[in-house]
Amino acid sequence: MDHSAERSLSTYLTGFVLAVVLTAIPFALVWGGLLTGPAVYVVIAIAAVIQVVVHLVFFLHMDFKSTPGENLFFLGFAAVLICIMVGGSLWIMMDLHHRMM
Amino acid sequence: MSGTALNSDLIEHEEKKSLESREFGFWVYLMTDAVIFALLFASYVVLSKNSAAGPTSKDLFDLGHTAGETALLLLSSLTFGLATIAMTSDQAGRVVQWLFVTLILGLGFLAMEMLEFHGMIAQGAGPGTSGFLSAFFTLVGTHGLHVAFGAIGICVMIGQVMVKGLTLPVRSRLIRLGLFWHFLDIVWIGIFSVVYLPGVM
Repeated sequence: MDHSAERSLSTYLTGFVLAVVLTAIPFALVWGGLLTGPAVYVVIAIAAVIQVVVHLVFFLHMDFKSTPGENLFFLGFAAVLICIMVGGSLWIMMDLHHRMM
Repeated sequence: MSGTALNSDLIEHEEKKSLESREFGFWVYLMTDAVIFALLFASYVVLSKNSAAGPTSKDLFDLGHTAGETALLLLSSLTFGLATIAMTSDQAGRVVQWLFVTLILGLGFLAMEMLEFHGMIAQGAGPGTSGFLSAFFTLVGTHGLHVAFGAIGICVMIGQVMVKGLTLPVRSRLIRLGLFWHFLDIVWIGIFSVVYLPGVM
């Protein structure tokens, strides 16, 4: 991996500020009770996904140019694996729960 | 003369290549670790409502405490970044300083987490109380254990930078430790979004 080029202070600070904002939004919503119902979960989920991407880009310096293809490929593979296993487990367990009611 | 110069060039090239493949290997390890955490998250979500008539997440979680832990961990990610920047500009002293700050922030996080666990267990909400608490302690405890190992890693790297200086292998280890540390912060995003925030609603 070539890290020398993109490791600058501004990158880390941008990432940090974005991460703070993306953390503050869901905490403020829950703390203040500003939203209720499923909308809160949607906002929390979206903020979390964006923040993960922010961390990957600004702290772990991933992009499509300098990051080796194998690393991106493995990240994608792990993401697919996680989706299948987590999604599948939750699907099965929720379905089971529903049928046991 | 030129033969030995060529030789040392070759050795350095080989060393770089071997360090690069170690970095890829470490990345593979991180991804498998991500799969472990994902499955712990899945079991937590499945078990989170099974409090067995004991204390629920609403009774136990304190959002202020979680916000403090989040702030410590996020700040420590930034300070590790600053250590990496100091490394690229060859300032060994700065690297040690920022690593030390990162270590303090990491230990602060661990102390807050221990305090939280201790308080819960003292209230009779230990891991054996219910399915919800077993899953909670397994997930958050595994993350805490990772942070503890990361803190040990930082201690080791502070020693290596001071004793060996910023040699090629030391730089590579620092970069790998950085990957690990930033990865733990990513897992924590999942923990507050899946465990704590929905838990107090």
